[in-house]
Amino acid sequence: MQLSREQMLQAYRRMKIIREFEERLHIDIATGAIAGFTHLYCGQEAVAVGVCEHLDTDDKIVSTHRGHGHCLAKGCDVEGMMKEIWGSREGLCKGKGGSMHIADVDQGMLGANGIVGAGAPIAVGAALAAKLDGKGKVAITFSGDGACNQGTTFEAMNLAVVTKAPCIFVFENNHYSEHTGFSYAVGTQRDIASRAEAFGMRVWRADGTDFFAVYETMRELLDYVRAGNGPAAVEFDTERFFGHFEGDPQRYRGQGELEKIRAERDCLQKFRAKVASAKLLDEKELDEIDREVLDQIEAAVVAARNAERPTADDVLADVYVTY
Amino acid sequence: MAKMMYRDAVRSTIFEEMERDDRVVVLGEDIVGGMGTAGGPEAIGGIWSTSTGFYDRFGPDRVIDTPISESAIVGAAGGLALAGKRPVAELMFADFIGVSLDQIWNQIAKFRYMFGGKTLCPAVIRMPYGGGFNAAAQHSQSVHHFLTAMPGLKVVMPSTPEDVRGLLREAIRGDDPVMFLEHKALYGVSGEVPDGDYTIPFGHARLSRAGEDLTLVATGLMVSRCEAAADALAKDGIGCDVIDLRTTSPLDEEAILDSVEVTGRLVVVDEAPQRCSLATDISALVAQKAFASLKAPIEMVNAPHTPVPFAKELELAYLPSAEKVEAAARRVLGWR
Ligand SMILES: Cc1ncc(C[n+]2csc(CCOP(=O)(O)OP(=O)(O)O)c2C)c(N)n1
Ligand SMILES: [Mg+2]
Repeated sequence: MQLSREQMLQAYRRMKIIREFEERLHIDIATGAIAGFTHLYCGQEAVAVGVCEHLDTDDKIVSTHRGHGHCLAKGCDVEGMMKEIWGSREGLCKGKGGSMHIADVDQGMLGANGIVGAGAPIAVGAALAAKLDGKGKVAITFSGDGACNQGTTFEAMNLAVVTKAPCIFVFENNHYSEHTGFSYAVGTQRDIASRAEAFGMRVWRADGTDFFAVYETMRELLDYVRAGNGPAAVEFDTERFFGHFEGDPQRYRGQGELEKIRAERDCLQKFRAKVASAKLLDEKELDEIDREVLDQIEAAVVAARNAERPTADDVLADVYVTY
Repeated sequence: MAKMMYRDAVRSTIFEEMERDDRVVVLGEDIVGGMGTAGGPEAIGGIWSTSTGFYDRFGPDRVIDTPISESAIVGAAGGLALAGKRPVAELMFADFIGVSLDQIWNQIAKFRYMFGGKTLCPAVIRMPYGGGFNAAAQHSQSVHHFLTAMPGLKVVMPSTPEDVRGLLREAIRGDDPVMFLEHKALYGVSGEVPDGDYTIPFGHARLSRAGEDLTLVATGLMVSRCEAAADALAKDGIGCDVIDLRTTSPLDEEAILDSVEVTGRLVVVDEAPQRCSLATDISALVAQKAFASLKAPIEMVNAPHTPVPFAKELELAYLPSAEKVEAAARRVLGWR
């Protein structure tokens, strides 16, 4: 175990922030206070945090429609994000983008994305830029088990291999693309990593609900990529706790499936169990973090609710730099 | 006559065409829904409920649920059509056309011409389009303008359940590729639909309001915005022709020109940004062919030259509204 106490506490806090951010959105969306299409990341927190805890702001990530967790893990401001999702002018993207388009380039977060499969080629480009800069930085694209079927993802993998781009393809297999099961849509009837392998990459696989497994896998993988070996891929087996989008009745789920994954595959519970059994952290410290996070989310919601609204004049701004 | 929702008009028409002609097949993402899950096939029946019940009736060979692969969906529709089938493919959102554009633009649209007229490509590509849901820049767009600009494609934009049934039958039975654009905000709208096996020929506009003072031209959801503006103007004794084009390619030039020859005043309403749009296209047509009839400059009500914004206030300001149409109409009427 190479993580320090501080690192573990920080990782837990980050995961908890994502969890509570999403749980709160789930409630506020149901009241109709928030407009648009929102896809919650609950259940997958260990992946975003286990990956991004290894990165600094010069490493880039490209995200998906289910992007809140990636954004928060990469250091996007909690309040700025909440304001964006509420459509405020004070939001991270001034209310122009909303949930599906949160970005903070200064944090190395090159955007959530409404187009499934659009992220992977963008990450290859960012990786090629990192290669040109020669400072050992990387670019990471998150893709789901649905996005892995998009031609853009295939093209990006091959381009990364032939150009030896320091690009990392993180596949989050939560077993569903919208309402369709992984076993139907991924025709190899195998995992996703084996596909990436066929493109000529070294691949890793780990339990995406175990923060420590994600973190250690990424340590090894990043050492490999930062050493100049070209791209790599990893598949994390994970779970999504809510519907595809808010409002999804989830008729495709089996009886008791949600209860079961919440009980057995909750990355936060697993984290707590692990640090308790190995006597790494005191439970009270984690309880304290839980309380602080809830306060932080409540404050972000209050700020978002009271934040300045955009006006018609704002529509025309920011299409071009000059025109 | 029966009352029917727009989405049910889509669903029932495809279903009936599948019953009638076993060459008709449908394909798209989640059009069955629940494939490979514990809940099982038909767990949803399409995210817009436009293919509910299809899988049970026609099975997996004719109801093809696809992975997320728009390029392959549209390309496969092209191949099915070249091979003698009548595919009806769904893009879950019109915005995803970007992923599949080569197959539409360089393949499906051009087969017949490139092959010297020796082939048919009777593919129908359905796509829900349009704004109003705070779905932001990649889930709200109108795409008719650039599809209309592509020789080889027919472009259909029904505004009522009645027209959905007639135009969709025509699309599926016709021998050319058709882009069938369904406005998301219309899915829940109900209307009377005639009984019987009627079709509506392409290139024939529908007059939804008649008047002699002003011509309003629109498609899809914008037709109802024009109707609302026309009804408001009627209170002041101003009569409007509201022309629902139904199809933008082919275009019913005659309906537009005949109306403007009477009214001398034209407002074109279009949900897409104005540059190189349907609105500029129709304005150019009228400027060229009905110049002498015009009593005032043509007005166009479009979205601004920006992507579709997310926040409620922004999207409201972005989209053409009945109020904006009415204001444009009053400018045209007041011009001297
Ligand atoms: C090009 C494109 N096709 C389809 C969609 C609609 N859509 C949004 S998310 C999604 C499923 C994505 O599944 P996956 O990649 O597994 O990500 P997850 O939702 O599980 O996080 C689909 C089909 C889209 N947004 N973009
Ligand atoms: Mg998935």
